[in-house]
Amino acid sequence: MSLLEIKNLHVKVDNHEILKGIDLTVNAGEVHSIMGPNGSGKSTLAQVLARREAYEVTDGQIIYNGKDLLEMKAEDAACEGVFLAFQYPVEIPGIGNAYFLRSALNAVRKYHGQEEMDAMDFLPFFREKMKLLEMDEKLLNRSVNEGFSGGEKKRNEILQMAVLEPKLAVLDETDSGLDIDALRIVARGVNTLRSPERAMIVVTHYQRLLNYIVPDFVHVLVNGRIVRSGGPELALELEEKGYAEIENQVKEATPA
Amino acid sequence: MITATEQLRTYLDSFTEFQKRASGKDLRWLRELREGAFARFCEVGFPTTHEEDWRFTNVSEIAKTPFELAKPTKISSQELERFKGAGLGLQLVFVNGRFAQELSSISNLPAGVKVNGLAAEITAKSSAIESHLGRYLSIQRDAFCALNTAFAEDGAYVHVRRGVVLASPVYVLFISTETERPAMTHPRNLVIVENEAQATIVEDYVSIGESTAFCNTATELVAGENAVVSHYMIEREHPKAFNVSTLRIQQGRSANVSSHSVLLGGGLVRNNVHPVLAGDGSECLINGLFIGNGRQHLDNYMLVEHASPHCGSRQFYNGILDDHAHGVFHGRIIVHKDAQKTDAKQTNRNLLLSDDARIDTKPQLEIYADDVKCTHGATIGQIEENALFYLRSRGIDEVSARRLLLLAFANECLDRMAASVARDHVERLIHQHLLKMAATKGRTGTSGQNDTGRNWEEVG
Repeated sequence: MSLLEIKNLHVKVDNHEILKGIDLTVNAGEVHSIMGPNGSGKSTLAQVLARREAYEVTDGQIIYNGKDLLEMKAEDAACEGVFLAFQYPVEIPGIGNAYFLRSALNAVRKYHGQEEMDAMDFLPFFREKMKLLEMDEKLLNRSVNEGFSGGEKKRNEILQMAVLEPKLAVLDETDSGLDIDALRIVARGVNTLRSPERAMIVVTHYQRLLNYIVPDFVHVLVNGRIVRSGGPELALELEEKGYAEIENQVKEATPA
Repeated sequence: MITATEQLRTYLDSFTEFQKRASGKDLRWLRELREGAFARFCEVGFPTTHEEDWRFTNVSEIAKTPFELAKPTKISSQELERFKGAGLGLQLVFVNGRFAQELSSISNLPAGVKVNGLAAEITAKSSAIESHLGRYLSIQRDAFCALNTAFAEDGAYVHVRRGVVLASPVYVLFISTETERPAMTHPRNLVIVENEAQATIVEDYVSIGESTAFCNTATELVAGENAVVSHYMIEREHPKAFNVSTLRIQQGRSANVSSHSVLLGGGLVRNNVHPVLAGDGSECLINGLFIGNGRQHLDNYMLVEHASPHCGSRQFYNGILDDHAHGVFHGRIIVHKDAQKTDAKQTNRNLLLSDDARIDTKPQLEIYADDVKCTHGATIGQIEENALFYLRSRGIDEVSARRLLLLAFANECLDRMAASVARDHVERLIHQHLLKMAATKGRTGTSGQNDTGRNWEEVG
């Protein structure tokens, strides 16, 4: 059984159809990359997977780990192992980073009937993960993402992923706006988390990230549909030719 | 409902009765103080919304209710238990405005510290009482101060001698009990912290039952030169209670005073904080948090008087309002002619959780000196949908996420309180309160793409 099966997914945002029939199957252990131009629906797909309610699913289904994902609330999906690394991580003044993550981890543990982790046990575990992402210790007790640089915010997302150890990780443009050093750190964090039990969907606009996180499959999303799928070589082709050519091919193929 | 004349007659009956039996009835200065105050009350009557200071707060409900002085009563120590804060050793308990010695623990005081019920000190003809009581709180200020002074008899008396550092907070608990008829109390507290001394006072107002009660309290707090004083006011009476409180602070040279007002309960609540920075270089922090739901009305009125040069004042108030709750922030700063180099700052931030919640925020600066720095600002916002989703996407359920966000907002006020058992007590109360409030689901503001935790609208 596949970990994730998306069938004929149609999604509306503000009465505007963004996704127009997505089919995608992801097995545990696989890394899929979704590439596409601006406005193609990449982030919408990511947000729907994380169960954002503002996105209205008008048709299709998503089976995750044998369960109907669309029946789940955001927090339940998270507890079931779905993780979204946000394109724009949210600043939350007044809530400490470590406190937030411990609350999240304990929410997930509680969901699975596990014992909650106290601060004493959590801190060493958390520090270890911070080291992996070369994050400054001072970010431990700072408010969530408040005053973080762009790179720190993205690293913080991967840190959260490392702590929560999801089954399905969706990375939404985690590479955008990163310098090459930060990109390497983030990619190393992600690669460390690759495992036969875990699947990843890496949403990106640029091919560059895929030099560091080599996907098993690449899908090209244009205008709400997956128009091409292939191996890592597809990303290189896109890098060379740009999205324009593929968009034109799509236009020619679908008569107006 | 009663007319204005009938209203005065109920108060006159109460006052006549009171003058016959009150502690200190044989002290001429006190008789005169009370009589003068009562005359003043009769003269001005309760304020109306036509008066600028009461524009947003209608007290006609108080005016038209025939209150009588709450009868002395006893409660058991078990009944008391649920209100007590952990670790707060030094306690004074007042039941219906009367000092309950048997429930209080004021022994083992360090040398140079006196803590007692005010009535007992009046009876003992303590000279400090005569030289301080009624000296700072003006009966001209409003009807409530006049009324409180007319009925001034019992309350907390705290006196810390020169140079003495009182490490543990003085915790003062005021309990109103269930009464058959509408009852009023007028607790009067006197806190004297002499030069270079240090103390923390916590006033905590609670109720047993939900009968109509009007608590009209006043505190005179004197901070001598270089003294450091923290004052907490916690209002958590039942949601229909009337509570009017006035904290009058007199600060000497280089004195440092923090006032923390935490309004959680009560139906119609007015909290006045009135510091006078009388000595050069004194500093004052006026910190507040008000959290209302249902039909609560929580009014925060500050009058900060800069009377000397080089003084600093900081006002920070955060409000959280849900349902039909109505909050008021009225921050008035007066910089007198000689108060050069004044540095005064005022900030009021509000979270409105429903369409029907309301906040009136009003800065008012009167500056008569020419070399001063005064700033003010107010913001109104709502819980941001993005922040809520972010927390939920990490596995935190909606109610907890909502509570976390409210807590984060409240933490801004908690962070301004120095670490102490008093702060711990307040923190516990706020956590419990927000948990209750988050469970009765509020509404989510929707404000599109925005990557900060809250969506603020600048209003001043």
